[in-house]
Amino acid sequence: MSTTTYDAGVKEYRQTYWAPAYAPKDTDILACFKIVPQDGVPREEAAAAVAAESSTGTWTTVWTDLLTDLDYYKGRAYRIEAVPGDDDAFYAFVAYPLDLFEEGSVVNVITSIAGNVFGFKAVRSLRLEDIRFPVAYVVTCGGPPNGIQVERDIMNKYGRAMLGCTIKPKLGLSAKNYGRAVYECLRGGLDFTKDDENVNSQPFMRWKQRFDFVAEALNQAETETGERKGHYLNVTAPTVEDMFQRAEYAKSLGMRIIMHDFLTAGFTANTSLANWCRENGMLLHIHRALHAVLDRNPYHGIHFRVLTKMLRLSGGDHLHSGTVVGKLEGDKQATFGWIKLMRDRYVAEDRSQGLFFDQDWAHMPGMFPVASGGIHVWHMPALVSIFGDDAIFQFGGGTLGHPWGNAAGAAANRVALEACTEARNRGVELDREGADVLRAAAGHSPELAAAMETWKEITFEFDTVDKLATA
Amino acid sequence: MTDVQDYPSRLNDPESRRHETFSYLPAMNAAAIRAQISYALDQGWNPTVEHVEPDRAGNTYWYMWKLPQFGERDLDRVMRQLEACNRANPNHHVRFVAYDNAKQSMGAAFVVHRANN
Repeated sequence: MSTTTYDAGVKEYRQTYWAPAYAPKDTDILACFKIVPQDGVPREEAAAAVAAESSTGTWTTVWTDLLTDLDYYKGRAYRIEAVPGDDDAFYAFVAYPLDLFEEGSVVNVITSIAGNVFGFKAVRSLRLEDIRFPVAYVVTCGGPPNGIQVERDIMNKYGRAMLGCTIKPKLGLSAKNYGRAVYECLRGGLDFTKDDENVNSQPFMRWKQRFDFVAEALNQAETETGERKGHYLNVTAPTVEDMFQRAEYAKSLGMRIIMHDFLTAGFTANTSLANWCRENGMLLHIHRALHAVLDRNPYHGIHFRVLTKMLRLSGGDHLHSGTVVGKLEGDKQATFGWIKLMRDRYVAEDRSQGLFFDQDWAHMPGMFPVASGGIHVWHMPALVSIFGDDAIFQFGGGTLGHPWGNAAGAAANRVALEACTEARNRGVELDREGADVLRAAAGHSPELAAAMETWKEITFEFDTVDKLATA
Repeated sequence: MTDVQDYPSRLNDPESRRHETFSYLPAMNAAAIRAQISYALDQGWNPTVEHVEPDRAGNTYWYMWKLPQFGERDLDRVMRQLEACNRANPNHHVRFVAYDNAKQSMGAAFVVHRANN
């Protein structure tokens, strides 16, 4: 044990926190930051400053440092890499000892790693690109309450992706009219309908009436079609007490699935709710409201793949992933990367998909990625080709905007999905012949023909703001 | 654009009942069924035949015809079991199921013969 004396004053961070010879342990939590330092700050110093300020350090030495073993507890910047095609930013890799973090608490992890360091003056901008959670930490967390395989067994749906629809208008319907919209979607052939994220409990529709009318609509649609249905009842609430009250009521109605906004409600509430869902056999759909505030700027914030990992640890059975092809933002290769992080048991490092680390998910089942936002029947071949079967495709306007109403819109989407899946299984290349598959299916489905006629001119062709950095 | 059409689904019409995957497509001919089963066999899944009375089609557990044909790769043998089950149970829905033991799920499950009414 070395004896150290107390030297008051400011030291350069890199003296203590830059450790290029350090080999990360299997039990370390690892983070990758994209850093743009202030002019004149060397890269090692900036990286070390980030490591220090996200672990044990502060701006000056303090005598109490010597009461503990900082070498055991400190974060270490162990590697620096260039960002391909970018001279201003660089990647810094930081290793944190496992004992810095409370078990089972993504709240504590994110507070520690990202809570303090983003406003730090020595860096001009900072982005948390990725985190590697060791198996030692993964096993302390609950994870998805049910997972893909259990959900398929509960919903009795195999061999295809599932279909949903967010009820529109976003706000303003009465509970009874809302239930009408739900009934029509489900009887037409969708698997799920969804509360919009901002439907909580408002003067135009209180939650209890919504839950009652939706349950009646859903039960009727199930009996009529003979297929199992779900509606994501939104339990996001002002307090966790309200949240649990709504979840319990959904269970008392025999509903199979509820939904929650994990970022706006917070990881503490989300983890509690996921644990409740696991104990009560309730499926949990997670919406990502607020994510773009954190993840859209390529230089500052937290990348969506980090939010995905944290949510899988905290718990959720579905997570919105972006569509790649629809109205909202999302680079294709990066999306492939975080879809793997949602679904797979083990995800290998792959820089071409923005995956900076291997990630082992241990005991945790996978989550369904949910593609939602500005998609319609013409997107179906691409969606089936990109996402495969373990996914949920949600068409809000793309169901409700059908000229003959929701049931026809739902039937159009269901026929399109089944036709694309059937063709793919036969060996048809959906990327090339998808439109022909749809046209052939429309010959048997007037609902699909009308849908294809309504939306054929609409595409969303804007350049992606946040792209993966590749050489 | 054509006029709005009514959606014909009715509670008291048995034709309004659906049967999950591929039940929104027209009934498949033999070649199409073979293509789907061939896909399932190519994935390494284990084919099985199940059947049930129409009014119990919502149950999780249908009657299992014999046992899953573990390791079966011969398309014709699978088709023969489907037809045998259908002949023996003309008033039942008959479906093809493919067990995926890696995911402990079913990679395929679709009704091949709907019950004669």
